[in-house]
Amino acid sequence: MAALCEGYTLCGLVPAVNRRSSEIKGIEEERDSDHVIVTDSSRSVTLYKVSDQKPLGSWTVKQGQVLTCAAVFNRLTNEYVAVSDNKVIRIWKEDDIILDKAFKATVSADVWSVHCAHGAEPAVLFQRGAVRLLDSLLSAPQQPVEEVLVQDEAIRWSTNIVTETQQLVIFTTELKGDHFLYLQRLKPNSVQKYRLEPEEPALSPLSFWASYRDKNICLLYLYPNGRVYQSLVSVRGPAPDDGAQAVPLPRDQLLSLPVGEELLEAASAIFLDDAHVAVVGVPHPSAGPGKDFLCIWNTNFQTLQAAKEMAGKLYGQLWSFSSKLFIPHGKALSVIPFACPRSSLALALGKLKQVKTEESKTSTVVPSWNTILHGEEAAPPKTVEARKTRTTRKTQSSLSLTIDQVQDLIKTAPVEEVEKEVQELLSRQDPKDPQPSLGQLALALVSRSLADPKFYSSRALTQLVPIRCLSHSVCPDLLPLALEKRDYFLCQLCLLFFHDIPEAVTCACLKTFISLSDADAEKLSLEPDSVSFVEMLISNERAQTGLQNGFSPALCEEDRTDAVDDPKAKAKEKQKASPQQTCPVGKHKAALINEVLQTAYSEALLLPHLKDFSSDQVVLFLRYLEFLYLRYSTDGFSQMHGYRSPSLNQVMDWVCMLLDAHFTVLVMSPVAKGLLLNLQSFVRSQVRLFSELGKIEGSLQELTKMKMKKDVGQYSIEVIELY
Amino acid sequence: MGEFKVHRVRFFDYMPSAIRSMAFNSHTERLAVARADGAVEIFNFADNYFQEKQVIAGRDGRSIEALCWVGCRLFSAGLDGEITEYDLENLRPRYSIEAYGGPIWTISGNSEGTLLAQAGCEDGTVKMFEVLEDRIQFQRNLSRQKRIISLSWHPSGAQIAAGMMDMIRIFDSETHATHRLLVDRGVGASKSREVVVWSVACLNDHTIISGDSAGKVQIWDGLTGTLIRTHLVTKWDVLVLAVSQWQDESSVIAGTSEGTIVQFQFISSTVGQQDKLWVRTRTFKNHSHDVRALVHTDSAVISGMDTQLVVRPLLDKVEKNTQESALRKIAFPHRNLVSCAKKAGLLLFQFPDHLELWRLGESDRNTPGESLPVKRKPEKLIQLKTKLQGEDHICCSALSPCGSWLSYATVAAVRLYRLQISSNNISIQKVSKLPRELKSVHQLCFSSDSCRLFASSSFSSVVVVALDQTDCKYLHTLKHKSSRQPIHILSPSEDGQWLATANTDCEIHVFNLRKMKLHCSVPAYSSCPTAVSIHPTTGNLVSVHADQQIFEFSLKQKEYSEWSRQLQRQGLHPLWLQRDTPVTSIAFNPNNPAHIMLHDVFMFCIIDQSLPLPEAKTKFYNQMILRSLPEPQRLRESHAFKTCKNFQHLLSVNLLEDLSLVVVERPLVDIVAQLPAPVRQKKFAT
Repeated sequence: MAALCEGYTLCGLVPAVNRRSSEIKGIEEERDSDHVIVTDSSRSVTLYKVSDQKPLGSWTVKQGQVLTCAAVFNRLTNEYVAVSDNKVIRIWKEDDIILDKAFKATVSADVWSVHCAHGAEPAVLFQRGAVRLLDSLLSAPQQPVEEVLVQDEAIRWSTNIVTETQQLVIFTTELKGDHFLYLQRLKPNSVQKYRLEPEEPALSPLSFWASYRDKNICLLYLYPNGRVYQSLVSVRGPAPDDGAQAVPLPRDQLLSLPVGEELLEAASAIFLDDAHVAVVGVPHPSAGPGKDFLCIWNTNFQTLQAAKEMAGKLYGQLWSFSSKLFIPHGKALSVIPFACPRSSLALALGKLKQVKTEESKTSTVVPSWNTILHGEEAAPPKTVEARKTRTTRKTQSSLSLTIDQVQDLIKTAPVEEVEKEVQELLSRQDPKDPQPSLGQLALALVSRSLADPKFYSSRALTQLVPIRCLSHSVCPDLLPLALEKRDYFLCQLCLLFFHDIPEAVTCACLKTFISLSDADAEKLSLEPDSVSFVEMLISNERAQTGLQNGFSPALCEEDRTDAVDDPKAKAKEKQKASPQQTCPVGKHKAALINEVLQTAYSEALLLPHLKDFSSDQVVLFLRYLEFLYLRYSTDGFSQMHGYRSPSLNQVMDWVCMLLDAHFTVLVMSPVAKGLLLNLQSFVRSQVRLFSELGKIEGSLQELTKMKMKKDVGQYSIEVIELY
Repeated sequence: MGEFKVHRVRFFDYMPSAIRSMAFNSHTERLAVARADGAVEIFNFADNYFQEKQVIAGRDGRSIEALCWVGCRLFSAGLDGEITEYDLENLRPRYSIEAYGGPIWTISGNSEGTLLAQAGCEDGTVKMFEVLEDRIQFQRNLSRQKRIISLSWHPSGAQIAAGMMDMIRIFDSETHATHRLLVDRGVGASKSREVVVWSVACLNDHTIISGDSAGKVQIWDGLTGTLIRTHLVTKWDVLVLAVSQWQDESSVIAGTSEGTIVQFQFISSTVGQQDKLWVRTRTFKNHSHDVRALVHTDSAVISGMDTQLVVRPLLDKVEKNTQESALRKIAFPHRNLVSCAKKAGLLLFQFPDHLELWRLGESDRNTPGESLPVKRKPEKLIQLKTKLQGEDHICCSALSPCGSWLSYATVAAVRLYRLQISSNNISIQKVSKLPRELKSVHQLCFSSDSCRLFASSSFSSVVVVALDQTDCKYLHTLKHKSSRQPIHILSPSEDGQWLATANTDCEIHVFNLRKMKLHCSVPAYSSCPTAVSIHPTTGNLVSVHADQQIFEFSLKQKEYSEWSRQLQRQGLHPLWLQRDTPVTSIAFNPNNPAHIMLHDVFMFCIIDQSLPLPEAKTKFYNQMILRSLPEPQRLRESHAFKTCKNFQHLLSVNLLEDLSLVVVERPLVDIVAQLPAPVRQKKFAT
C-alpha cells in the first residue's frame, strides 16, 4: 500500500501573497537522486543535497536580469543550462562561482524552456513552438527559428521524454480555449499535433504530466472539476502525411476526485507509477472542505491510499524524483518520501474481517514478541527509539545500512549478519509508520532461502511479518517456506497477519498442524496469548457450572434416552454419550489450529481442499471443534475474555464445512458415531433455543417500537392534520 | 380534511385539592366530596358519574373533616367548630351553627334522619342535634370523654360507637350507659404512643369494626365488648373504614395511609357452613397517597386521595372487559377553568384564589411539520388575586371574546374588570358599581360581541347586564318556571339572538335575547347536558350529555334536526359511548358549517355532519389509517368522527378567530409531582 513518509523541509520560500504560483520555477534532478537544482522565479539557481537538506551551491544572475526557465543539468557534460531574459542561454559548471563570467549565447527568438532528460542532449523549446538541440543551436546562435504555432497559440506546458531510441519534446498549447498536444521527435525531426477533447464546461487543464511506459507516452491531465484523464500516445512515427493535421486524442478517465462545490484553482496530478497518482491541491474526501492535502490515489482500485495535510498555502506544484515528492507549500519546499509497492487487492482494500479486533490487539501483541525474541532485555522504550530515528535520519546513509543496502546484504551475507542488520534496521523504523519497502527485505530473504537450502533466518522473518507491510500476495513463498522448514511460529504469525492466504495454503497448514504429534508440538514456542487462551479453555473445563445458551448436556441426554427404559442401559448410554469434555489435542496444537480457524476463507474454495484430509484427521479435527463448541456453549467466556480467539460462528462454520466435505466417510466410520450423535443433540438444543427465542422476538420488538415520549415543554405551536 | 395550527399550552398550573371526606347518598345516588380547600362537589352516580354541582367553592381556613347526608340535605363539619348545611339549589352554604365544642372531627346521622351526632375534640363530648325543617337544633350532650375521632350510629339508632384515643366507647342513646373497648397499642417502640381509632363502624348485629393508627382492623362484639378478631393490615395507619350500605353489611373496606384498600368479607370459611367469619379478601392499590375517604356502595368502591376520585367496581366475577367492570378515575372537574378570548388570543386561568391572564405566543412561519418555531413566547399579563386572605374562593370566571372584560364571582360577590391591552401597555380597571341583581352567581358568560354579561343566579335565573365603555347596567332577569336547580351552562349564540341555558335537572332552555323571554325548551333528556352550544349559521342547538349522547335541535322548527334523528336511529359508535369523561365544550368552525368540534379529557373530535356516521363495526379511531391512504380512497373510508388523541389530559380546547386551536393540557404527572411525598415504602430492589 502506498505510503507517504514523514517529510522534511528542503528550503524556505518567500511566501507569495498574491501570486498563484510559488516562487519556484522548476526543480530538476541533478547528478543522482539525492541532488536537485531548484530554480526560483527571480534570479537564482540552487543545488541541494536532498538527504542533508542543505545547499551545495548557488548561482545568481545580475540585478535586472531574470531567469525565464528552469535550469537543467546536462549529465553528459556536467554542465548546467539556463535561459535568462528569454533569449540568453547560459551554461556553467559547478565550480563556476560567478554566473556572469560563464558561457552565454544570445539566440534570435524567445525560448520557452530547456529540457534535458537522463542521458540525452539538452533540447531548447522556443516560444513559437520550434525545437532545437542545444548543440546545434549553439553552433549558430543567431540562426533563424521558424514559427510552428499560429497566431495567439501559446505554450502551456512542456516536457521531454527519452525512449529507447528516441528523444521527444512534448508540449501543450492553448488556442482560443482549445488545447493541443505537440509531439516533437528529434533526430529525425517530426512533429505530431493532437487535439485534446474539450472538457465541459470549457475548462482548461490545470496540470499535465507525461511518462513513458510500454512504448507509449502516457499523458495525465487534471481539470478543475477534479477529473483526471489519461491519454496514450504512441511514440512510433505517425503516418507521414498528416503531420500538420490535429488528430483528436482519445482519453480515459482515470479518477474523478472529489472537489466539493467549487472548482479547483491550483492543483496538479502526477504519475508515481502505473497505478498510483499523486495529487496536490484537491480536498481530502473525508476531511472537509480544506484543499491542503497531498494524496496518493490508486487508479486501479480508485482508492485513496495515503494522504497528508500540508501546512500553508499549496500552489498546485508538485515534482517527483526517485520516490521523493517535492512540494512547495506555505513558506517551505518540502520533500516527502513515498513508497508505492505493487498493490494486491488485499492491500489496496486494506481491511478484512477481523481488522477491528486486531487493531486493538497490536499493542498487546507486539511487546510479547519482544519478550520472546529478546528475552528479558526488552526493547528500549519507544520514545527513545523515536528520537533515535529522527537523529539518525540525516546520518543514516553513513552510519548504518539503508534498506537497499540490507537487501543487497541479504543476497550474500551469512545468517547471523543478516539477522543483526535486519534487527538494526527495524529498530530504527518508526513502528507507527513502517516503510512499505521493508516488504522487499522479506522477499529477498525468502528467495535466498529458496535458492540456498542452508540459509534460513527465522528470526529476521518473524520480525518482518508483524510490521504489516507484507501480505501473502506480496510474498507468496513465505508461508509454504515456513511450513517446509517447520517454523510453526512463523506460520502462526503469517496466519495472524496475512489476510490473503489462499485456501489451499490454509488447508495445507491445517493438515500439517493436525498431523503434528503432540509431543513435537509441546516443544514449540508459540505466540503466548494464543497458548494461554487454550490453557484457560482446558483449565476451565472441570470448573464449569450451569448452562449457557440453552444447552445442557443432561437435557440432551434425556432427549436421546427417551426410548431406553432400562436404567442400566440408560446409565451406560449416559456414560458413552456424555459429551466430550477433554481437549483432544495438546494446547500448542490447539493454538495453531485456532489460528487457522480465524483466517478468512471462501467456503467454495476451501471445500475441495478439505476433502483431501484423511478420516483420522477429520475425526480428530471434528472432536476438537466439538470440544470448542461445547466450551463456548456451556461457559460464558467465549467472547468475554481479552484473548484473540475463534468465534462461535467460526467454529460452527468449520464444523459445517467439515461435515459437508466428509459426510459419507463420517457416517460410515464407527469412531465418529458418538461424535455425530453429540453434534446432533447440540443442533437440536440450539434449534429449540432459537425457536423459544423466536417466540419472544415479537414482544421484544414491541419494546423497541415503543417510542419515547418527547418532552414538549410548557408551550409549543404544532401543526396537526386531520383526515 | 384540514390542517390546524395548535397552540399547545401546558403552563396552566392547575392543582386540584386533595379529597378529605366523602358521603354517599344511596337514595339519590349522589356522592358529596369535600376537598382540602373547603370545596364541596356533588357527583351524580346514576348519570355516568357526572359532576353536576360544584356546590361551594372553598374558602381559606375552612377545612371540612366530615360530610353527612340527612335525607337530601347535606351537612358538613370541620375544625372550625361549625356545622354547615348547604343550599344545593343555590350552591352556597345555607347556614352555619357553632357547636361550642372546639374542632369537630366527625359527624354522623341516624338512619331515620332525625338526629345528628357530632363529636367535639376539645371537650370530648358527643353532641346530638335534632334535624328540623329549616335548621338543626342542639338537643343534648352525651357524657364527656377524651377527644373523639370517629363516630358510628347503630342502624337502630339506639347506640353510638365512638372511636377515640386508645379505646372505643359505646353509648346507649336511650339509657346513657356506656362501656369501653380498649384498643391495643402497636408493638415495639410505638407501644408508648397512644393509638388513635381513626374509624369505627357499627353494624346491625352489634358487631363493631375499628381501624386504628397501629395498622389494625379489629372486629368486636359490641354487646359483650369482646375482641373477636384482629387483622394487621399495614405498618402504618388504617385511616378509614366503609361498610357496604345496601346489602346485609357483609363487606367492609379499609383505606390505609400506604394508599392500599383492603376488603374484608363476612363469609363462611368453608362452603356450605353457617359459621361466618370476617375474612380479609382483596387488596387494591390505586393511590400513591393516603386514602382518607372511602365509600362502599353495593357494586363499587369509591376512594379519594391524591386529588383523584377512583371508582372501582367490585364485581365478584369479571366476565370480560366491559364498561361496568372498568376502573374510572376522575381527575379533572367537569367544567371549564379556562376561558379564552377568541379574538384577542388571551387565556384566563382560574385558580381558587387568583386568576391569571396569558397572551399566547406567535410563530411567524407556517411551514408544514410537527412543531413550529416560537417567535414570541407566551407571557403572563395579569395575575389577579382575590382581595383578602381568608375570603371565599373563586367559583367561576369569564373573559370576554374581545379580551377587554374580565369577570369573576365568589359565593358572596361578583367582580367585573375592564382591561386595556395594547402591545406593551396593560391597564386593568375595576368596575365599581355593579347592579344589585348580580349576586349569588355560579356561572358567568359574555356575549360574543362583548356587550352583554350573563350570570346564572339563584333559582335557575339568568341576570343579563349590558356593558358599556365605562359602566354596566342591569337589563333583565331571564326566568323559567319548571325547575329550581342551578344553571351550569350558559351559551349565547354568535349573533346575539339566543341564549341557551342548561341546569342540573337536565333541562335546556333557550331564551330570545331580543324579546328577553323564553323561546323554547328542548325536550328533556334523562342525562344531564355537559356542553351546549348554538350553531352560528344554522341556528341549531347542539347538546352533548353525560351519557355521551349528542343531539341537534333546530331552534327555528323547534324540533330535532334530521341529522340528530339519523344519529339516534343509527346510534353512536360503541367506542364513543365507552369514553368515561364528559364532553365539556362544543365549538363550530366558521369556515365550514358542517364541522362541530368537541373535546373531553383525552381527545378532541371534529364531527363532519356531511360525512356518513360510523357504523358499529367500522373502525372508529381511523386517523392513522386514513393518513396512510391515498387521497381518493381517504374520502371513501372516512366517517363523521375525526378524533385526535395527540393531546391528553385536556382542560380546554378553543378555536381562535384565526382558526388556530388552543389546547390547554395539564399532564397528571405534573400534578403528581406537586403532591407531598407519600409514605416511604421499601420497594423491591431499591
